[in-house]
Amino acid sequence: MLNYDIVVIGGGPAGMAAALKAKECGVDSILILERAETLGGILEQCIHTGFGLHYFGEELSGPEYADRFIQLVNEKKIEYKVDTMALQITESNVVYAVNKEDGLLEIQAKAVILAMGCRERPRGALNIAGTRAAGVMSAGTAQKYVNIDGYMPGKKVVILGSGDIGLIMARRMTLEGAEVKVVCELMPYSSGLTRNIVQCLDDFGIPLRLSCTVVEIHGKDRVEGVTIANVDEKLRPIKGTEQYIECDTLLLSVGLIPENELTREVGIELDPVTKGAVVDEFRETSHKGVFACGNVLHVHDLVDYVTLESQTAGEGAAKYVLGKKDAPEYITTKGVNGVRYIVPQKVNIKNDDDVKLYFRVGQTYKNAKVVVKYNGNEIISKKRPRLAPGEMENVVIKNDILKSFAADGVIEISVEA
Amino acid sequence: MNYDVAVIGAGVVGSLIARELSRYNIKIALVEKCSDMAMGTSKANSAIVHAGFDAKPGTLKAKLNVKGTELMPELCKTLFVPFKPIGSLVVAFSDEEMETIKELLNRGVENGVPGLEIYDKAKLREEEPTISDEAKGALWAPSAGIVCPYELTIAAAENAVMNGAEFIRNFEVKKIDFNGKEFTISNGETSFNTKYVINAAGVFCDEIAALIGDNSIHTVPRKGEYMLCDKSIGYLAKHTIFQCPSKMGKGILVTPTVDGNLLIGPSALDIEDKTDVATTSEALADILEIAKKSVPCLNTREVITSFAGLRAHCDKDDFIIEPSEKNEQFINAAGIESPGLSSAPAIAVYVKDMLLEKLNAEEKADFIPSRKEPVRFRHMSNEERKALIEKNPAYGRIICRCETITEGEILDAIHAPAGARDVDGVKRRTRAGMGRCQGGFCGSKVVEILARELGVELNEITKCGGSSKILYERTK
Ligand SMILES: Cc1cc2nc3c(=O)[nH]c(=O)nc-3n(C[C@H](O)[C@H](O)[C@H](O)COP(=O)(O)OP(=O)(O)OC[C@H]3O[C@@H](n4cnc5c(N)ncnc54)[C@H](O)[C@@H]3O)c2cc1C
Ligand SMILES: Cc1cc2nc3c(=O)[nH]c(=O)nc-3n(C[C@H](O)[C@H](O)[C@H](O)COP(=O)(O)OP(=O)(O)OC[C@H]3O[C@@H](n4cnc5c(N)ncnc54)[C@H](O)[C@@H]3O)c2cc1C
Repeated sequence: MLNYDIVVIGGGPAGMAAALKAKECGVDSILILERAETLGGILEQCIHTGFGLHYFGEELSGPEYADRFIQLVNEKKIEYKVDTMALQITESNVVYAVNKEDGLLEIQAKAVILAMGCRERPRGALNIAGTRAAGVMSAGTAQKYVNIDGYMPGKKVVILGSGDIGLIMARRMTLEGAEVKVVCELMPYSSGLTRNIVQCLDDFGIPLRLSCTVVEIHGKDRVEGVTIANVDEKLRPIKGTEQYIECDTLLLSVGLIPENELTREVGIELDPVTKGAVVDEFRETSHKGVFACGNVLHVHDLVDYVTLESQTAGEGAAKYVLGKKDAPEYITTKGVNGVRYIVPQKVNIKNDDDVKLYFRVGQTYKNAKVVVKYNGNEIISKKRPRLAPGEMENVVIKNDILKSFAADGVIEISVEA
Repeated sequence: MNYDVAVIGAGVVGSLIARELSRYNIKIALVEKCSDMAMGTSKANSAIVHAGFDAKPGTLKAKLNVKGTELMPELCKTLFVPFKPIGSLVVAFSDEEMETIKELLNRGVENGVPGLEIYDKAKLREEEPTISDEAKGALWAPSAGIVCPYELTIAAAENAVMNGAEFIRNFEVKKIDFNGKEFTISNGETSFNTKYVINAAGVFCDEIAALIGDNSIHTVPRKGEYMLCDKSIGYLAKHTIFQCPSKMGKGILVTPTVDGNLLIGPSALDIEDKTDVATTSEALADILEIAKKSVPCLNTREVITSFAGLRAHCDKDDFIIEPSEKNEQFINAAGIESPGLSSAPAIAVYVKDMLLEKLNAEEKADFIPSRKEPVRFRHMSNEERKALIEKNPAYGRIICRCETITEGEILDAIHAPAGARDVDGVKRRTRAGMGRCQGGFCGSKVVEILARELGVELNEITKCGGSSKILYERTK
């Protein structure tokens, strides 16, 4: 049995930032477990730029952004094991992991930080009818084939879903000589960043069809085409609007699901909306000493926020290990009227800092008002020219306000159009 | 090449026949048009080992079903194939249907099915708590079970190969000539000779028979579509839950699979194209609606994939297992629709006996009945895992995270006798890519491992043979 103060599962931007912060806060015994061959997480395959605008004030590519943290991890001599998969966490914070060199690892941790990221939703979740030909894959898989392996997964492409990965891959495949025929989005709005729609579709003349989906996949061995159709308000395909599009590839960018198998197995409470753990402002889960941050907690569009959130989790884990976290008194947060979710879901009113609440809205709004209420009384209201599901919002609860709350109170955030 | 027997079709029927024959000192070819075994109906069915009360008493179907179901547990144990004796329920929703299940019980007793019992509503709910409140009772059949149909097929073919049979893949039989003594079997490019032919070509059995001028078999492909749900709702059915049968078949069932997923289906529609295994949104919607009659809490949220299989429905309404009227040396194993999987172990013995009457063959002393037990890392204790990785570090690298499949298991699948050559082949042997992310994570890694082990470029690896390539040329 190995012993560490903190075991971090996942060596992406979340895991690295959390580990670095914990170290800075005075914890020396830290181990990062990463199942890929290198640290860096999903960033390693995102060779486009657009990372770090908020955090570093400059525009970096994914690997460049990751590299800055990998260097720091090495400089600060934080231990890590790559090619190592965490298999299980127990009630008593023992982590089981495997790799080729050490075989089965049994690690007793005082605190565990979950930073496993997320995975793409597969075709099955959509239940698209048709054949099971080759040529249907998630946009992230295609991204790996193109950017890491150096092979084209297709030449004539239809993309279903206008998530950021789909948008980025529309541009990437076009630049590599493929013809991207259309991007179909089921919802009446895109969940991708506006800048990605402009830079990845508009600039290349790739049509984006909203309220439209793929209803059938054709082709025996390899995809030969898809049938697309418009959908009604209830997202059901409208008869008579079907259109056949010849293609050899269907890329799916239909959402990301936090990778919470380990979390679920140990019985940590999950939020049905975020599909991540329910956490407090230090990102501690319902299981004492287990923290979560990054895409495993809720899907982020910008890595900069992942970094910030993970630093908070790292600080929380360090406090926990060093015995600086005393018994909390919680109020809960709740998204209502247009606000789909809020992270953190609970806040300790004995906390000595300001607390930032992150949230997402369920549809687009122009010139709307974000209203924060405590036990029904408005405490903050701010005008926002534009709100979109693809862009994460936040409000800050000042510490003096927080201190005026009582345990078991409720903070609600809503949108007023 | 010269063989004593050529078995055409490496489905569960052909593969088990080849294994049964490999007990004897004869030269056997197992010929398959696809890149792997279990690519036809044997990979897409309900996977139920039926108790045997459906078929008309006296038919071959009735006889071989009951016998096959009796042989199945031991066979699966010998070949290390997952099998679970979970029993089945036929649920009645009206007084009329209560009568139907009593008839089924009587028929079952006549067919020799053991342990049949009628459950009343209370007993049914106790046994299957998710069942609809509308259910009035059910026929309980304890001898029914579930099996992994493609693993059974693969294990049987592998074991046949271990015992000297030859597996010839990617060979579509297009022409069969007979010179009075021997057949010449050709795919249009190459050919081989054989004294006996066994036609186990599934939905194509009529076309294979027609190659020797035997036009007596008429099959219609009858499509059945399914939805497969995540393991997280596998608990919704403890037993196989049928509804009362109709003339199109046994209707829509809800059942756990041996791996703990939940399977819902199949629909039943007669079609024309024998290669059409596309799913349709209409059928998928229908299946769910009908299945909800049995288990009302079902929904599509946990669906991870859908698929379809083709029943070789035959106008004779029974299995046709006999020498062709055109040629005594050509044996048809045709019209093997449901319960073909359940019956397959008995069909194999039946065909072997038929052939032995004609063929002078001796039993081998060194027949190996079993195959090497496949490593299943996901089912091991941590102690066993430790020891395993110490012996071979390849078992320390997880490739498929949803199902916890290691690189070692994938290497075993590729290097097995008649091993995997493509991504789906790896999938069916190891479950890599069968979990909730459906290969999103491991697909590209499996492609890499296949390319490395087979010594080819990444873009030569296919999903399931033929032109199902995954990658095109290199990027710029
Ligand atoms: C295609 C794409 C494009 C993007 N574009 C942008 C952009 O332009 N700008 C921007 O700011 N952000 C962008 N993002 C978002 C940003 O990359 C992510 O938010 C960020 O990478 C999430 O960090 P993470 O550490 O939470 O997850 P990840 O980067 O996914 O890291 C999680 C790590 O955990 C490991 N892991 C998981 N389970 C285990 C286990 N059981 N054992 C061991 N290790 C495990 C994984 O291998 C992985 O390395 C993009 C994301 C994608 C996917
Ligand atoms: C929807 C559905 C549900 C079912 N459920 C059950 C069940 O629950 N329980 C049960 O007992 N049975 C069930 N069955 C029946 C069972 O699946 C079949 O009876 C069984 O799989 C048939 O096996 P097979 O080997 O005859 O056919 P197949 O598995 O189809 O094998 C035939 C093989 O022959 C090959 N072939 C065809 N033509 C050629 C050629 N020219 N040259 C070379 N090779 C060729 C094909 O590629 C194929 O691999 C079900 C069937 C269906 C369709």
